[in-house]
Amino acid sequence: MGLTGLAIFKQLPKTNCKDCGQPTCLAFAMQLASGKAALDQCPHVSDAAKEALDSASAPPIALVKIGKGEKEVALGNETVLFRHEKRFEYPTGIAIAVKDTDGDIASKVAGINKLVFDRVGQIHSVNLVAVVNASGDGAKFAEAAKTVQANTEFPLVLVSEDPAAMGSALEAAGANNPLICGANAANLEAMVELAKKYDAPLVVKGNGLEELESLVEKAGYKKLFLDSGAREVNKVLADQTQIRRQALKKFRPFGYPTITFADNTDPIQAVVDASVYIAKYAGIVVVDSADPADLLPLITLRLNIYTDPQKPIAVESKLYEIGTPGPDSPVFVTTNFSLTYFNVQGDVESGRINGYILPVDTDGISVMTGWAAGKFTPEKITEMLNTSGVADKVSHRKVVIPGGVAVLSGKLHELSGWEVLVGPRESGGIPSFIKQRWGA
Amino acid sequence: MAVTIAKEKWTSKVGEMELGTGAKAIKVGGETSLPFLHFEGEIPNRPVLALEVWDMEPTEWPDILKKPFDGVLADPVAWAKKNVEYGADLIAIRFMSAHPDFKDASPEECAATAKAVADAVDVPLVLIGCGIDEKDAAVMEKVGEALNGKQCLIGCATEKNYKTITAAAMVNGHSVIASSPLDINLAKQLNILMTEMNLPTNRIAIDPLVGALGYGIEYAYSIMERARMGALMGDKMLAMPVICFVGQEAWKAKEAKSPDEETPEWGALDKRAILWEVVTTTSFALAGGSIFILRHPETIKHVNTHFAKVMESNAY
Repeated sequence: MGLTGLAIFKQLPKTNCKDCGQPTCLAFAMQLASGKAALDQCPHVSDAAKEALDSASAPPIALVKIGKGEKEVALGNETVLFRHEKRFEYPTGIAIAVKDTDGDIASKVAGINKLVFDRVGQIHSVNLVAVVNASGDGAKFAEAAKTVQANTEFPLVLVSEDPAAMGSALEAAGANNPLICGANAANLEAMVELAKKYDAPLVVKGNGLEELESLVEKAGYKKLFLDSGAREVNKVLADQTQIRRQALKKFRPFGYPTITFADNTDPIQAVVDASVYIAKYAGIVVVDSADPADLLPLITLRLNIYTDPQKPIAVESKLYEIGTPGPDSPVFVTTNFSLTYFNVQGDVESGRINGYILPVDTDGISVMTGWAAGKFTPEKITEMLNTSGVADKVSHRKVVIPGGVAVLSGKLHELSGWEVLVGPRESGGIPSFIKQRWGA
Repeated sequence: MAVTIAKEKWTSKVGEMELGTGAKAIKVGGETSLPFLHFEGEIPNRPVLALEVWDMEPTEWPDILKKPFDGVLADPVAWAKKNVEYGADLIAIRFMSAHPDFKDASPEECAATAKAVADAVDVPLVLIGCGIDEKDAAVMEKVGEALNGKQCLIGCATEKNYKTITAAAMVNGHSVIASSPLDINLAKQLNILMTEMNLPTNRIAIDPLVGALGYGIEYAYSIMERARMGALMGDKMLAMPVICFVGQEAWKAKEAKSPDEETPEWGALDKRAILWEVVTTTSFALAGGSIFILRHPETIKHVNTHFAKVMESNAY
């Protein structure tokens, strides 16, 4: 992370003792610089040097964890401003707020637990429950935290600026590494104390970036989430951008994940604001709604934005039924690149065609790329026709292949014995293709 | 340690396009910053929103989409007027009837419809073909001529038909939508070909063929981010406003169509469907989209509320 081998070498004992396994200190420094060795392999390095090197080699944004066990949420470790540069690493944690003044907390939490969506075989869900001390009453807050804790496996965000109330909530629900939310200029010391006591992550909220910076410096604690205090979407966007840019420039006070609050009173705008925060750098976004209609777009956007641009997403390679297909329904072959599959699926659906789609496993690459790379072949298509069970579902033996790979038809017919219909080059032509060619 | 606001020093800007004439004419583009980052540059124009009008009744549209247009879907002129009432900045006429699978309408018939709509509304027009390259070229030739001087946005020009459409735009004073499939280099290539015909760069809108939320939104999202940065760094062949056909994509998504009883775990269709078009739109605006072709009037309302907020300064 920025340090050259020579800069590291200056901090080493320069004794060439070989205890690290390298022939010289310089060689070890070079290995460190390229990330192939770790500093603790040198038993003689001084504490001062260690601290200097550790902080210089630390990632620009610390990785901070909330919760324990299977549902633990880790955030931070981001290295870029734009997903096309590399990729975003730790998907924004979505927290649903529950107020300690809410009527039936247990049933609200039960609703949150159900915010789990299946997308072509992958499961996506919200990640955290934020318990908000809306009552201002410590005992009530503790009671609510306890109830939430007892009813969900999601980690908690405890939201109160009153250290006494936070203390009681932590007594009730502090064992599982909740996020303490949090510290501000008025309560910093007391909140840091609590965070240290429970070894839990802490939100530091500043009134603007300047104050945030000074509070982070004063806190002297490393498990932090940052809150610039902004709540209007235009301001949050600016602050989130500043925090990410400065963190990547190694401005240490901003080297932590952030938390944002989509608390717009207009429920549609709250969803839109949250979607902006997901796209633009929020570690956590807290939303008030637990309505699946609000969460489905947010969870989907998060999935899309955090997709690795170098690694296409694939759908499971298996037989898909569109509509209510019968023995006479057409069979479409395509690849398992999710975008390709979704296009074919969408166009078959929009043509109101009952049919079968067989996405051949091409490691998630598209039709033409798959063909060029030898991953979309007559052999693979034949295998899929034979093993997917489609042969038992249809009485005919006709398969539609994408127009772009018309060249495969001869060999495919030879290998599979199926009659091969060359479909349109673009899936958008499927409805009219079927109208003209199927059953004719 | 004090906080020093990090500003990028951009050297160039997105071209500014003018559409329509008279009081309702609009400008798009012209930014010297990344989207909505007012602290580092100028954002002279907010993104603009068009509602679609078809020249034949869209029988396949879901009920939720048909409802706001009850009684006007078979009448392009009445439909266009309704869209203006709903607050659309532009009207996008889609000549579906020209498609050989439908009515195979002649370019002259399309031109007559375009003329009738243009006479009835005063907002700028986007004129879109049926999606068959050859037919679109023929239609745009006639339609462009019929609306000579109205500063419309016509298309979609592809690598196969750009010559005819570009010529039609140049002769009649229109701008062109340049469509290329999800690839920044292809987009650039088409822009080069069109400007080589002497079409000014500020009369091209890039159409990267967007996908909806959940259906490849991230590809176009990243292309837009890259194109905007290219534009700000001085690449003239990427310095065009981006047009996003969100309506046609969002309303294809299963999430915008699946009825409550089929997918109760997704929440109420009415809300989820609108949100699908809204969030697809606002996400693209955040990446750099400028012109949005939409279908539902509710979307216009919500997206404009959002735009009003993000167009407020966030300078430090």
